[in-house]
Amino acid sequence: MNKVKVHLCHKEVVAEKDNTMKKAIIKIENLKREFTMGTETVHALKGISFDIKEGEFVTIMGSSGSGKSTMLNILGCLDQPTSGNYEIDSVKVKNLTRNELATIRNEKIGFIFQSYNLLARTSAIENVELPLLYNSKVSTDERRARAIKALEMVGLGDRMDHTPSQLSGGQQQRVAIARSLVNNPVMILADEATGNLDTRTSYEIMSLFQELNKQGITITFVTHEPDIAMFSNRTIVLKDGNIIKDYINENIQSAANELAKLPKQDD
Amino acid sequence: MRLLNLFKIATKAIILNKTRTLLTMLGIIIGVASVIAMLAIGEGSKESIRTSISAMGSNMITIKAGADTKGGVKQEASVMESLTLSDYEAIKAQSTLLSYSSPVVEGRGQVINGSSNWPSSIYGVNPEYLNIKVVGLQSGSMFTDVDVKTASKVAVIGQTVVESVFPDGQDPVGQMIRFNNIPFKVIGVLEEKGENTFGQDQDDVVIAPYTTVQKRILAIDHLNQIMASAISEEKAPDAVLEVSNILRVQHKLTDSDDDDFMVRSMEELISTFSSTSEMLTILLVAVASISLLIGGIGIMNIMYVSVKERTKEIGLRMAVGAKGADILMQFLIEAILISITGGVLGVLLGLGSTVFIEKFLNWPTSVALYSIVISFAVCAVTGIFFGWYPARKASALDPITALRYE
Repeated sequence: MNKVKVHLCHKEVVAEKDNTMKKAIIKIENLKREFTMGTETVHALKGISFDIKEGEFVTIMGSSGSGKSTMLNILGCLDQPTSGNYEIDSVKVKNLTRNELATIRNEKIGFIFQSYNLLARTSAIENVELPLLYNSKVSTDERRARAIKALEMVGLGDRMDHTPSQLSGGQQQRVAIARSLVNNPVMILADEATGNLDTRTSYEIMSLFQELNKQGITITFVTHEPDIAMFSNRTIVLKDGNIIKDYINENIQSAANELAKLPKQDD
Repeated sequence: MRLLNLFKIATKAIILNKTRTLLTMLGIIIGVASVIAMLAIGEGSKESIRTSISAMGSNMITIKAGADTKGGVKQEASVMESLTLSDYEAIKAQSTLLSYSSPVVEGRGQVINGSSNWPSSIYGVNPEYLNIKVVGLQSGSMFTDVDVKTASKVAVIGQTVVESVFPDGQDPVGQMIRFNNIPFKVIGVLEEKGENTFGQDQDDVVIAPYTTVQKRILAIDHLNQIMASAISEEKAPDAVLEVSNILRVQHKLTDSDDDDFMVRSMEELISTFSSTSEMLTILLVAVASISLLIGGIGIMNIMYVSVKERTKEIGLRMAVGAKGADILMQFLIEAILISITGGVLGVLLGLGSTVFIEKFLNWPTSVALYSIVISFAVCAVTGIFFGWYPARKASALDPITALRYE
């Protein structure tokens, strides 16, 4: 693959060279999204282009109203762009039906939400199994085996039968991460995944993300917290529906180290 | 595979909301149970009417003198004396569809034995009467044609009369009783028949040769009734027509004249009673159906609340790959499971209460298989019908909005 051009409003940035050899998981070209509110048309995204390569850990940043959520919805195949091109894992998303979008979400994307969105009164393992219930290609035995493996990856191998109410916030988010991993997605899409957590726990979660990323999992993390960005290897900053910055993080912090620096808690 | 998974999801949701599910089911349970119990009561009463009428002799035909006009005055049927022995003889000679026939004269009076007495009815008949009424003898024997011819003073009495005038339990056969001061020799006792459908005590009778009753008690020579039985229940309507024609000729009625007699078969009675109890059944079932409908609305209500309450869950399921159809099926299966489980419990409760009604209230009941099948089918349909709309609504949710729903 050759160099990737990232179109911005008035300037062009050339992305890091070591990324160029890898396959692009996400290809976005001149993406626009408009909402009609009564008589007014709101331009949430005003022609955005970027690629995400396999194995990248990208933070998409922006304050509220920047088009961040719209971006997330489109990336997550929950919404369709008004114009422009969006490809995930070489599948053109434009003009897909509701059901086809559901299949893409089921097979290619792992979602993580701010409020975990676990099913109440349902054990961790059953929560993790959930995406596979909607994939008829996965047998009951395989489903169980994959859920156990995913829970072990997030360090909850001993909490499989706990329900969300029996787990701490951090543990709940780990279950949600396991759920996002269980379908072997091409990309994990996290929406303010540490937003409901205290600093210590959020560093723990970030360190888990870094570990998963090291194992080759592509992660796109949408957030408005600047300190999260320092754990990722690339940051895209949105403002008013445009990309104002897209840079490679030269100085990636280790979340595990940051965690160690925090004053000890005894609880 | 996929359906099995959805089934599991739905079952899980039901188990997680036990109390609510049970309360929702209650509507269906009561609905189904009442439909079954009501139908059982309806069927039971219909059946008991049918059996009691056929116990009276379902192919019985009664001929009575009809209302007529004398000198411009309409006369009551009972005072008419137009039915005579020659009518009876004509019917007996000419009819082809009757197996038995008997003249009937009847009167009321006091039965006396020693110091005991009892008001009763006396029926003057011929020996075929027992075959017409389908009643046997408990002891003794029936009088014979010879007794009829000679107008002998012999009688066969019913159980109620026996109990009333032979209180010390002695065998009445061979004893003398008096009816309106005419002495009769008891030669037989009828077997117990109980009350008929109209509450008349069928054992409170004295049966004697019609000639004896005509001459010695009533002092008349006409007949009150002629009773006959058709060769079969199916032939009864034809027999009625045949008898009518014989009597029209016998009474020299022209084509323009109305019948001056009445011929009735039990057929009419059966259908009258059946239709009455059918009406009752329809009414009961209508009431029960309304409660089933309300049960269905209960399901819809709960499913509606459930969809609202689980909007975020629906959003999540969609985000991780559930299609609209999956969500639709999940909620539909849930509704159907609730209604079918409710249906099963309802059937059990219905059968239970039927047994209870039969045992403790002594109402006749009869559970028809079709009532179970129908109420069960209605249940499943209710589940689909009332589950569809909320499920449809759930499946049409926009995943983004659903996920953000608080």
